[in-house]
Amino acid sequence: MLIQENKSTLEVQPRNEEKVKKIWKTAGILLAITVVEFIMAFTMDRGFILYFLFIALTIWKAKYIMMEFMHLGEEAKPLFFSIIVPLIFLVWLVIALMKEGSEIFLMRW
Amino acid sequence: MSAHSTAIGVSSKRGTWGGGNEPFKASYGKIMMWFFLLSDIFTFAAFLITYLSIRVSYPTYAGPAGEFLGSNEYWPVPELVFEALPFVHGLHAPLIFVGIMTFVLISSSVTMVLAVEAGHRNDRNDVVKWMLWTLLGGITFLSCQAWEWNHFIHGTEGGTVLTYVNSLNRLVTETVFGANLNVNEYGPPAFAQLFFFITGFHGFHVTIGVFLLFLCFYQAAVGVYDKRGHYEMVEKIGLYWHFVDLVWVFVFTLFYLI
Repeated sequence: MLIQENKSTLEVQPRNEEKVKKIWKTAGILLAITVVEFIMAFTMDRGFILYFLFIALTIWKAKYIMMEFMHLGEEAKPLFFSIIVPLIFLVWLVIALMKEGSEIFLMRW
Repeated sequence: MSAHSTAIGVSSKRGTWGGGNEPFKASYGKIMMWFFLLSDIFTFAAFLITYLSIRVSYPTYAGPAGEFLGSNEYWPVPELVFEALPFVHGLHAPLIFVGIMTFVLISSSVTMVLAVEAGHRNDRNDVVKWMLWTLLGGITFLSCQAWEWNHFIHGTEGGTVLTYVNSLNRLVTETVFGANLNVNEYGPPAFAQLFFFITGFHGFHVTIGVFLLFLCFYQAAVGVYDKRGHYEMVEKIGLYWHFVDLVWVFVFTLFYLI
């Protein structure tokens, strides 16, 4: 069945150089942030400030992946908000469980 | 009933959410993929936040890096645990291998988005080319992870002397090599359990992703999407693949940096 006439009836459009350039630029930013994280892991003292910076940089990377690679920014606003708004609940989960973890730390040690 | 009304005719009085309208302006498949990914984000978030929570409930190793010894009393420093490379023995290369894995996965995400871009242009040759690169990246990443796990399970040559409760419920003191779900030479049992569970669950997603990528590559190559008239499947599978990359970014930060 595979050997059928499957000549495309679709019209192939020319490459959109601007879009492609933007993709490579985003990739460059993602790699640059990762390299910065790497350097920070070896040069900075471990502690709250470093962890906070790591998480902030990670969320920044996540923003690029979702907006540029997954094109969430180009979707209609209702779709955009119905994906982004529920994620706000996670902020509380992080705060609550970090608090819980540090309380366990105090009990245990 | 007025003579003008039809079942799906949209009256201006109804507004955006009044029905018979498409407020999301996206196809069913794409919306469903987005909401599946949203639910998957919650699943992974639950795992990763659990990791953070257990992580902060232990003290961190604070001594000099050169004298690091695993113990179930404190959490290990990741750059001292993940420091091996394949094919070179005994070299201290902290986080280099996992850096390569991250690079591979981000690159495959880039080639995926290029495939999606080609799909928008109905360019079969470009789609096939970029899908093949993405597939290669996915398989490379999985192979790297297999090696990483293998190394983690077998451990270092010296091992670590630990006092722990073994699977027969006895308190023993012995040299432990590598990691399993019961005990590991690097840190508390929860360290290896969370590592296996979370990177395993992520690896499972990557495996499914590789199957989907292959399916998409094959269908694009034999002209299924040309016949269908659009390349939306590349976009939907692309969303899934970027999600896998997104999760890895967080896994990388939590397991290998913090």
